Amino acid sequence: MADETLDASGLNCPLPILKTKKALSKMDAGKILDVISTDAGSVKDIEAFCNQTGNKLISTTEDGGKYVFTIEKV
Amino acid sequence: MSDDNKMTIIATKGTFDWAFPPFIIASTGVAMDKEVTIFFTFYGLNLLLKDTSKLKVSPIGNPSMPMKMPFGPKWLQKIDFGPKIPNVLWNIPGAESLVTWMMKKTMAKHGVAKIEELRSMCQEFDVKFIACEMTVELFGFDKSDFIDGVEFAGAAMYFDEASTGYHHLYM
Repeated sequence: MADETLDASGLNCPLPILKTKKALSKMDAGKILDVISTDAGSVKDIEAFCNQTGNKLISTTEDGGKYVFTIEKV
Repeated sequence: MSDDNKMTIIATKGTFDWAFPPFIIASTGVAMDKEVTIFFTFYGLNLLLKDTSKLKVSPIGNPSMPMKMPFGPKWLQKIDFGPKIPNVLWNIPGAESLVTWMMKKTMAKHGVAKIEELRSMCQEFDVKFIACEMTVELFGFDKSDFIDGVEFAGAAMYFDEASTGYHHLYM
């Protein structure tokens, strides 16, 4: 179960990444953030973001063009 | 933060459409833990003005720009009017404003951030904005025309900023 949820639906690149960064910066290490996005590009982008920043991408799910990324803050 | 994380961008374009790449790449860079500096020179200085309403899309000599209706029936929105409209028509007063308005509409529809929003996010994430002092004077800008938080310096400072790191881009 996520500690925080960020709804970035309707937003396009790079806003989902920027909002994810902002949301994570307000959270403590070990906490879980769910990011909801409708931007198909964010699938690769969130992955790359986690790769670079060291945050852990726990899961990605897709349901009818709506993506949910579960990220653990490091 | 290690020096390898440095990233710089030289922003040289002053049209509405070309305002996006520097701010998009810079804000994404800082979000991904880069330490980013943008050096604004020549027409790129316009991207730092408090009043961004002067930024316009130029349809003249811009053959790759798709011209699609941001509203109306689906079949109409699919038509690219760009190649169909003779360049000479873009010289009519108001053409730039019309095209700029259409691009803003299309962007809003697609959930693209506004320039001001990307720019203030860059500042919030501590992207360093440097305005080229020489071109500020050359074009008769006043330092008070620019947003707060801008540093004024020359090419040497750019090299100092760009002396480490892997990402140094010219836009």
